[in-house]
Amino acid sequence: MDPDLTELEGRLQQFIGRTIGPPVVARDCVTEAAIRQFCDVIGDRNPAYRDAESAVETRHAGVVAPPAMMQSWVLDGPPREGIEKARTEQDRLYDLLSEYGYTSALGTSSEEHYERYLRPGDKVSAETVIESVTGPKKTGLGEGWFITTRTTFRDNADAVVGWIEFRVLKFAPKQSVARESEQPATRDPERPSRIKPPMARDNAWWWQAVEKGRLPIQRCAQCGQLRHPPRPMCDACGSVEFDSIDACGRGSVHSFTVVEHPQFPGYEYPIIVVLIDLAEGERIVSNLIDCAPDDCRIGMPVEVVFETGEDGMVLPLFRPAEASS
Amino acid sequence: MADSLKNKASIVGIGTTPFTKNSGVSELSLACQAVRAAIDEAGLKPSDVDGLVTFLLDSSDEIEVARSTGIGDLTFFSQVNYGGGAAVGLIHQAAMAIATGSAKYVVVYRAMNGRSGHRMGQGVSGQVVTSDLIHWSWYTPFGLLTPASWIAMSAQRYMHEYGATRDHLATVALTQRDHAQANPNATTRGRTLSREEYFSARMVSRPLGLYDCCQETDGGCALVITSPERARDLASKPAQIRAVSQASFEGQEQMTSFYRPDIARLPEMEMAARAVYTQAGLGPEDIDAACLYDAFTIEVLMQLESFGFCGVGEAKDFIVDGALTLGGRLPNNTHGGLLSEGYIHGLNNIAEGVRLVRGTSCNQPERADHVLVSSGVGVPTGAMILGCAE
Ligand SMILES: [Zn+2]
Repeated sequence: MDPDLTELEGRLQQFIGRTIGPPVVARDCVTEAAIRQFCDVIGDRNPAYRDAESAVETRHAGVVAPPAMMQSWVLDGPPREGIEKARTEQDRLYDLLSEYGYTSALGTSSEEHYERYLRPGDKVSAETVIESVTGPKKTGLGEGWFITTRTTFRDNADAVVGWIEFRVLKFAPKQSVARESEQPATRDPERPSRIKPPMARDNAWWWQAVEKGRLPIQRCAQCGQLRHPPRPMCDACGSVEFDSIDACGRGSVHSFTVVEHPQFPGYEYPIIVVLIDLAEGERIVSNLIDCAPDDCRIGMPVEVVFETGEDGMVLPLFRPAEASS
Repeated sequence: MADSLKNKASIVGIGTTPFTKNSGVSELSLACQAVRAAIDEAGLKPSDVDGLVTFLLDSSDEIEVARSTGIGDLTFFSQVNYGGGAAVGLIHQAAMAIATGSAKYVVVYRAMNGRSGHRMGQGVSGQVVTSDLIHWSWYTPFGLLTPASWIAMSAQRYMHEYGATRDHLATVALTQRDHAQANPNATTRGRTLSREEYFSARMVSRPLGLYDCCQETDGGCALVITSPERARDLASKPAQIRAVSQASFEGQEQMTSFYRPDIARLPEMEMAARAVYTQAGLGPEDIDAACLYDAFTIEVLMQLESFGFCGVGEAKDFIVDGALTLGGRLPNNTHGGLLSEGYIHGLNNIAEGVRLVRGTSCNQPERADHVLVSSGVGVPTGAMILGCAE
């Protein structure tokens, strides 16, 4: 590996797991007035947020704050003259990457989780931890690093009320990577990539887990039935609550096709597309790699491998495996 | 309720445009030409028509067609989803509208520049995040992008389980190509196909090769449906709808129902078979000829089993000795079908079903009292049985 890159990697490792600074404590307690102003601005008419009298009738038995407000309680005020904002570990991490040519930043995803509604009188604090720094990955924008931070929100009693996981791509805009040893590897922005899934509520969580090297199978939180591909409701019991298990990654070929024509830009042909019987009993469509098209057989044992395409997308692929005993 | 649509409606007019590789006109123009031709053939005036039904995938809306053809007022209009699975659904909609009195004369149509315009084989993509787009996205990153590749997954498993080979697929392709040679409107007329050519052609998505796939076609097709009573007053011999039903089976996906225990069968087609046989009071032994949906050769084999013409896994034995040819047990797609006449999304197969009942097919078998027609395979679909007026 490029010595510069090895050095950078070593320095980046030191940030992982660190809190970016002392917890940020809200300047004010949660108040009915602030909730109402927020709702006025975004046009939310839910009486549970706006109106003390009718809020008593709701299951909250009083006014609560919309979950989406969580972050707003701890936002910095406008900058004040003469007062320098304290630099955080996150700022230092960004500076380090900028030094190596990864000068631009783009928020790529955020995931929110709420433990409970905030009520008037709560005073929120937030602590942010750098969860992971992964890369370098080649993306459509240029080569970059994915930085994942998790901000945990707590109440006055230090109980967790929710968290937000935020992912940022810190990248070198095309043509400006500081390292010169590897120029041709930078992806041509005009070069088409495979057709990627749209990220939406019902499927994004699955791809995010895949990006972390997991092969999740959706599981109904109520009756435990597994289902793939993910869908928002359990067809067995009607529950919309779900979690997932991680598949062990082993399975066998139920059927396959070798796609040869027509050939679409962004794919390399021939492609072996396989329908896998996973050990857990669910089926999944993927590609078989490290196998000649003529050698693919129904019933053949396979195992998952995670591959990052040159477009930056992580895909769970399969390769031939030893028959499991 | 099972026989509620039995003999409640008849098909009384067929209209088609020429089927070509480059129509040189818009899809709306094709739609209007086909619709006018169907109305003329039925001996009606455009203003007699008060219902229009088409495919959800069709680019020509009902009101555009009504306006351009002089149909004018409509009391019934509808579009049916799921690609080629919609074909029989159109007839189902029309028959219900006729049976309930919602409309007196319904025209169903499909017009597409399937070769010169948007080609079905060019894969799925999209901008708006719908449940349908998420569905496709479980396949697109892995290069499973085309109808041939979707059906190939079932084909491979089917052939593995039952020992059918490409030689059997070739028999389907060759039989229908032969049929098309007598059809003046077939896009493959004058281009015969030998077994050798079949095997030397390039593979598309194994085990399917070039000649396992239907034609890409520019053209339009339309049919007129009315009540059996009104049909009596019209010029042409009506084809009465003995039974019609749509079918979507548990675990249904569009072309990718890979998660059912057995992917080597077509449970939605078996469901359609049960429905139409019950409704018509007929069984497979009563069917004289068929137009089984044939976007791909393998689909014909699988449907022979779905509709009970042979046992599960036995289609490969059923088709030897020319069972699907003019003198065989079940003359199938006597016009050449989607494989060799043209691909107007299966509506042209229904048109052939009508011709068979009328006795006007370019390859008319001796007997065609009951003709079975199915729509799209691997999608929510349907089937119908046509017969002579009673
Ligand atoms: Zn459940």
